[in-house]
Amino acid sequence: MTWLAIVLLAAGTYGFRVCGPVLHRRIELSERVRWMLSVSATVLLCALVATSALTAGHGFAGWARPAGVLAGGLLAVRRAPFIVAVVAAVATTAALRLLGVR
Amino acid sequence: MIPVMRSFWRTLDGALLRDIGLVVLADGVVGVSFGAIAVSGGQPAWVPLAMSPTVFAGGAQFAALYIVLGGGGLTAAVMAGLVLNARLLAFGFAVADVLDLRWPAKLLGSHLVLDESTAFALAQRDPARRRAAFLACGALLFLVWNLGTLLGVLAGRAVGNPDALGLDAASPMVLLALVLPTLRDPRARRAALLGTVIAVAGTPFLPAGLPVLLALAGLVAAGGRRVGRPGVGGPGVGGPGVGRPGVGRPDVGRPEPGRPEPDGPGAGRSGPGGIGSRAEGRA
Repeated sequence: MTWLAIVLLAAGTYGFRVCGPVLHRRIELSERVRWMLSVSATVLLCALVATSALTAGHGFAGWARPAGVLAGGLLAVRRAPFIVAVVAAVATTAALRLLGVR
Repeated sequence: MIPVMRSFWRTLDGALLRDIGLVVLADGVVGVSFGAIAVSGGQPAWVPLAMSPTVFAGGAQFAALYIVLGGGGLTAAVMAGLVLNARLLAFGFAVADVLDLRWPAKLLGSHLVLDESTAFALAQRDPARRRAAFLACGALLFLVWNLGTLLGVLAGRAVGNPDALGLDAASPMVLLALVLPTLRDPRARRAALLGTVIAVAGTPFLPAGLPVLLALAGLVAAGGRRVGRPGVGGPGVGGPGVGRPGVGRPDVGRPEPGRPEPDGPGAGRSGPGGIGSRAEGRA
């Protein structure tokens, strides 16, 4: 890794971040567009949840991680507190790995 | 900025801070492993120490690092990181209302646009809580992410694999719990479902980061019906569809909006302009 690579990655990333906060007052966004943007965030977050739960690199992540996320997710849907859902997901995954489930 | 900050902290209650703390702690461990993996892979200490504060995006940092450690080119590493982070463009617009601050604060705050801070912001209905949750999550994550990276660099090889502790399940779980309330809108739910299927299906074939971006194609499933009804969506970019209590959940007959989002109990009811009172939500 070189300085130049890090600077380019950092600058590009900041560029993505700063566009919305700086531009949203300058350009008139219709209600429809603003709604689409917030749904976009939801869609991207859901895609991140699924890909990071199910996949590692280009392949399947193994059963332990998605099983943990599923367990926590069911608790969350059933209105368990946030902390309970997250701890349950981590504990389930760790326990499955301890039992030899990959 | 100081008086503004003071009012932010007042808005945060114990439950929200505790939820944020949990997320920050989990990400701190990931930061430790980032520093440790970089150093034990042969990178000089300044590489992770420079990346964590400037790039400040876990997925992109790991992707770029793994490409370099695997013998890939620097161009590929930078491109992979940028493709992964392109989603931050959408997040920046989604939380733009939160960053309606004076210039220095706006520019500094933009650096805190992250998966976690965006998800925490979207889970809040009240604009003040939205901003407080976003800034607290972002600032604490910045602190702990960099401290974690430093610890990892110092610990080097001594740090084992955090996967043994199941910590790799924490980040999808955190985002899932935070995004659940926004899925109450059936149009957002359809779009998210289609987008998620596209992303997962594309993962085996496409470069890292691209599948998640392709998920945006799922937005076609959200269209069709009129949006932007009068009287909906007060001042705030969240717009209709995000974080509104009880909207469009004909499948769940319960009136209360309580969900495992990081609001305190009942906190979500105080949305601006009675957003939850739309006819659709009651139907």
